[in-house]
Amino acid sequence: MAMSDTELVPTGPAFVRREFLPAQPPPVRMTGAFGWMRENLFSSAFNIVLTILIALLLAWVVPEIVRFLFIDAVWTGADREACHEAVQGHAIGACWPFVWERLPYFIYGSYPIPERWRVDLFFALLALGVVWMLWLSAPRRDLGMIYSFAVLPVVSFILLHGFEAIGLPVVDTVLWGGVLVTIVVASVGIVVSLPFGIALALGRRSQMPAVRLFSVIFIEFVRGVPLVTVLFMASVMLPLFVPPNFEPDKLLRALIGIALFASAYMAEVVRAGLQAIPKGQFEGAMAVGLNYPQRMRLIILPQALRVTIPNIVNNYVALFKDTTLVFIVGIFDLLRTIEVARIDPKWATPVTSTTGYAVAAIFYLVFCYGMSRYARAVEARLATGDKR
Amino acid sequence: MSTDLRTESPPPRVALYNNPKVRSAVYQVGLCVIIGLLVYGAASNAIENLRRANIASGFGFWDNNAGFDISQTLIPYSSQASTYGRAFWVGLLNTLLVAGLGIFFATILGFIIGISRLSKNWLLAKAAGCYVETIRNLPLLLQLLFWYNAVLKTLPDIRDSFTLGGAVYLNNRGLFLPKPSPLEGFGWVQIALVAGIIAAIAFRLWAHRRQERTGRQAPVAWVTLALVVGAPLAVFLLAGAPLLFQSPQAGRFNISGGVEVLPEFVALLFGLSIYTAAFIAEVVRAGLLAVSRGQVEAAYSLGLQPRPTLRLVVIPQAMRVIVPPLTNQYLNLTKNSTLAVAIGYPDLVQVFTGTVLNQTGQAVEVVAITMLVYLFISLTTSLAMNIYNKRVALVER
Repeated sequence: MAMSDTELVPTGPAFVRREFLPAQPPPVRMTGAFGWMRENLFSSAFNIVLTILIALLLAWVVPEIVRFLFIDAVWTGADREACHEAVQGHAIGACWPFVWERLPYFIYGSYPIPERWRVDLFFALLALGVVWMLWLSAPRRDLGMIYSFAVLPVVSFILLHGFEAIGLPVVDTVLWGGVLVTIVVASVGIVVSLPFGIALALGRRSQMPAVRLFSVIFIEFVRGVPLVTVLFMASVMLPLFVPPNFEPDKLLRALIGIALFASAYMAEVVRAGLQAIPKGQFEGAMAVGLNYPQRMRLIILPQALRVTIPNIVNNYVALFKDTTLVFIVGIFDLLRTIEVARIDPKWATPVTSTTGYAVAAIFYLVFCYGMSRYARAVEARLATGDKR
Repeated sequence: MSTDLRTESPPPRVALYNNPKVRSAVYQVGLCVIIGLLVYGAASNAIENLRRANIASGFGFWDNNAGFDISQTLIPYSSQASTYGRAFWVGLLNTLLVAGLGIFFATILGFIIGISRLSKNWLLAKAAGCYVETIRNLPLLLQLLFWYNAVLKTLPDIRDSFTLGGAVYLNNRGLFLPKPSPLEGFGWVQIALVAGIIAAIAFRLWAHRRQERTGRQAPVAWVTLALVVGAPLAVFLLAGAPLLFQSPQAGRFNISGGVEVLPEFVALLFGLSIYTAAFIAEVVRAGLLAVSRGQVEAAYSLGLQPRPTLRLVVIPQAMRVIVPPLTNQYLNLTKNSTLAVAIGYPDLVQVFTGTVLNQTGQAVEVVAITMLVYLFISLTTSLAMNIYNKRVALVER
């Protein structure tokens, strides 16, 4: 018996409906913007209270920030008079002319002005290396690896420090400062920590008890103490440990401290990656007759590092934030240059400190947030291979 | 006829340099020699350098007179009479004070924000996410300097300080709170508190045992509250409220009396708590997400109410995931408290590795002692963590 759409029950009691009613739209209160708000903001009495409290909090904080950074901000001026509330007679926000005037100092520190093109060139070369390494489908990434981890450090050193033989006057590291030092410290930490971290992680999993013991002692010792004490050790104890006539450069000491610290943390990240590799991979590599260096280089490390890329980048974010601690042993990184500039009598006003810190906050936020977004994107990309 | 495979030819002759055992022994001896040479070279250079600079070595300085002031001391200390050893303990206690309070506030804030990020309330979840992303991506040192220099140091001076009913003062010299001083009879309140805590524990044990035996539940929470808070409060009121609050007295240039909280301390506590809370929030969120939905659904289908489900099913399983990284964050907070040196709070590093090191010049001893203190804290914590992990580990067949 065939049934048409409109005729549900061809015969039967009179109270049974014989055709479908036309579909009705869902109640307007449950869909669209109104329904969304009902579901996500006002679903219960408790949620209504929460929403109102958060909205009040935002209504207080966000306009305050906008007011400080833009509306009440001073955009032009020659000295503190322009940014002083008592002189101007109205509320003052950020003091941007202070930042414009001090921007070269924030970027280069006291690096001699005629030589600053060298710093610019260094930034450009570094940017090339970073893009080459981070862009996962860039051409010849093996060359990029060599460029970033072998060529770039040497070229940068010659460029920044100077080399009389090729006509680049030597610039003492005491004059380096600002973003330059922050980037140099972070890059040295990044470039040194990866190979050393891999070596330490392999050492910790080694069959040889002496190698394992030394690796464990180093890693646990460095991870157990604060970075500040490592930097203190590097800056006050290191000069004692080298021959008397050889006084290591102050920046170099801080770099050694940062590199030691970063390597120990990197070792633990790499070790986690090594532990994620199934035993069969090791055994398979042994079965085809590869020796230890070949096994690690061809089979294990490519897989282990691939799964740890997000963690490595997150580790780099932490390292980038930690570079501010060189401030404490007297290195002029970005934060220190801001500290020096903000108490300069020419610009000292009640808003100068906050303006300076806002600049630093934007700088670190852009770099760190960018890096962690990248880590998340790589994580998602790697996860696609595991989805079935 | 079968041949016995075992009695076949002797093992193949391998060149000595290809024998894995010999190789590994050579590598290890080589490593030991290199490290030994490095240590020997460093030590002999250090002895030579110290001799040239005329710096004493050894721990004799520990009992020498310190001769410098410390702005916050939890134990009696004076620049004339106290030794470097005393200064060390003062610094260590200051570190432990800020770390302990920081852990307390960071935990509360972190749990609130971590749970908020999973809230169904869109605005709350987004606001919590925004907090975490911003705070985690800013260096702690920058945050400390901001709180100290841009917020606390720009507060009004003493004459115009903010005040709360003449009992609490806030200005650029710090926070001034009323000082409680116990009068005669306060000892009874303390006794009542101790007795209440013991009685509450005993009641909990009894209630638990009775529930196991008969299935009858007791109002544990209310009874605990009554015993721990109610009983001491009643004794306090019966004894005629024997506690005097000494309000700080605001003068023209100075505030006397009361408890003075240094602005450095406030800035450090704020910075550490806010920074670490962002990391704790992520730990809590990951822990709660690690409990699969099936657990909640199974608990509901057994007839548990939402609250017991949370308390008996979700939280115990989430804690297994949360506690190890949480302790790690506590350790990080303790280690990060060394940043006190940047804003001048007298913690262990500022007092000992800063001032004592500068005065004595004994870098090796001072830095070594400081590192050992932190190493001791870290290693004992990870030891405790390993024991905990063993206890809560999933028992598999």
